[in-house]
Amino acid sequence: MEGKKMKNVKKKIAMYWGAGCGGCDVSLLGIHEKLLDLLDEIEIVFWPCAMDIKYEDLEKMEDKSIDIAFYNGAIRTEENEEIAKLLRKKAKLMVAYGSCAIEGCVIGLANLYNKKEIFEAVYLKNETTKEKILPSRDLPEFLPYLKTLDQVVKVDAFIPGCPPPKPVLEEALDALLQGKTKFGKEVALCEECPRKDTKPEKIEISKFYRWHEKEDNGECFLAQGIICMGPATRAGCKGECISANIPCTGCMGALPRVRDQGAAMLSAIASLLDVEDEKEDEVIDSIKDIIGTFYKYSTAKLLPRGGMKDES
Amino acid sequence: MKEDFEPKIVAFLCNWCAYAGADMAGTSRLKYPANVVPIKVMCSGRVDPEFILNAFEKGADGVFIGGCHPGDCHYVNGNLRTRRRVKMMKKLLEQMGVNPKRLRLEWISATEGAKFARVIKEFVEEIKELGPSPWRERR
Ligand code: FES
Repeated sequence: MEGKKMKNVKKKIAMYWGAGCGGCDVSLLGIHEKLLDLLDEIEIVFWPCAMDIKYEDLEKMEDKSIDIAFYNGAIRTEENEEIAKLLRKKAKLMVAYGSCAIEGCVIGLANLYNKKEIFEAVYLKNETTKEKILPSRDLPEFLPYLKTLDQVVKVDAFIPGCPPPKPVLEEALDALLQGKTKFGKEVALCEECPRKDTKPEKIEISKFYRWHEKEDNGECFLAQGIICMGPATRAGCKGECISANIPCTGCMGALPRVRDQGAAMLSAIASLLDVEDEKEDEVIDSIKDIIGTFYKYSTAKLLPRGGMKDES
Repeated sequence: MKEDFEPKIVAFLCNWCAYAGADMAGTSRLKYPANVVPIKVMCSGRVDPEFILNAFEKGADGVFIGGCHPGDCHYVNGNLRTRRRVKMMKKLLEQMGVNPKRLRLEWISATEGAKFARVIKEFVEEIKELGPSPWRERR
């Protein structure tokens, strides 16, 4: 009896949805029938999106009583921050789940602006907003800038992706349940790209195109002059987007030993340029949105926190 | 405030030209402001965009890159790549809210000690005009 009980000790799991789109919560269901196997090994003790549970219940749990806490979404409000800290206290392992928690993701782009600008854009100046009402009462405070999970608490493991693709998630869950915090591929997406064979020996770009500006010939996007974040992005997703004929935008984040994915890609692009000196400016200027292109997922890791601007 | 503001400037200088140029300025006893912290790199092409961002993050008010004149790079075209990178970095900085003037690239040969002293002086003046980097107080 005792022995059996020991064997069946299930790992206690928590999942929290911070500032994010909710795709991460859904992605956990995306592992399909594997979830059923998983449920033999785990017990979900806190998952506000899927079960009826209150913050007080979490508070009442003993410290370090949760084995693994998955935090998805970024930290945008005081509430997010509070729960991140609370979960950290209650959990043995704290896992940043998905791009928002790791590097701020698309919503991190808001760090280019301050709170006032953001609220104006969302609640006042938005064309589809009829009643111009600024939310004011009974809401958790909106932080001056968006933070990533590791800017708030110590994080033990990271599951990349927006949301984490199935193969990435499966590997991560297996590893985490065995107590391992290091997992995932250490190579660039190009290594597993479905268009790998069409990548030329040396890529030379003389003009940039946006996706809609050029008919896709089915070959390596970069070779076609379409910016694809593959070379600076960690492999693992098996090139899901490329399979759907969409260039990589980099949601898997930087390779393990690279700190700044955007800078790495920007540097690579500069090296691939093959233009005459006189045309250099024009070609570079044709990349309209540098941050949106190279830092789509990692603006929150860049400096502009809450629209800090040079006065001059 | 701006009067007594002494900017911090990180200068990446390539071993073969710009650094030798800075040496030249020294041996020729030319004066230039002490605001620069020179960092020797083998080639201006070694200056990863990450270095530039890192310098700003650590509180630099300006970043200077000195390389060989086009055609003179010890590694053939490192400096041309740098030129392209710097152009892209300026666009990035601008979008981030940093005045792109805070990043400056100059070609300085080993004999151009006078040019080195002059552009550094100019750059320091310019940054003084701009005031401290918006992230200085943030840190
Ligand atoms: S060696 Fe001086 S720029 Fe390359």
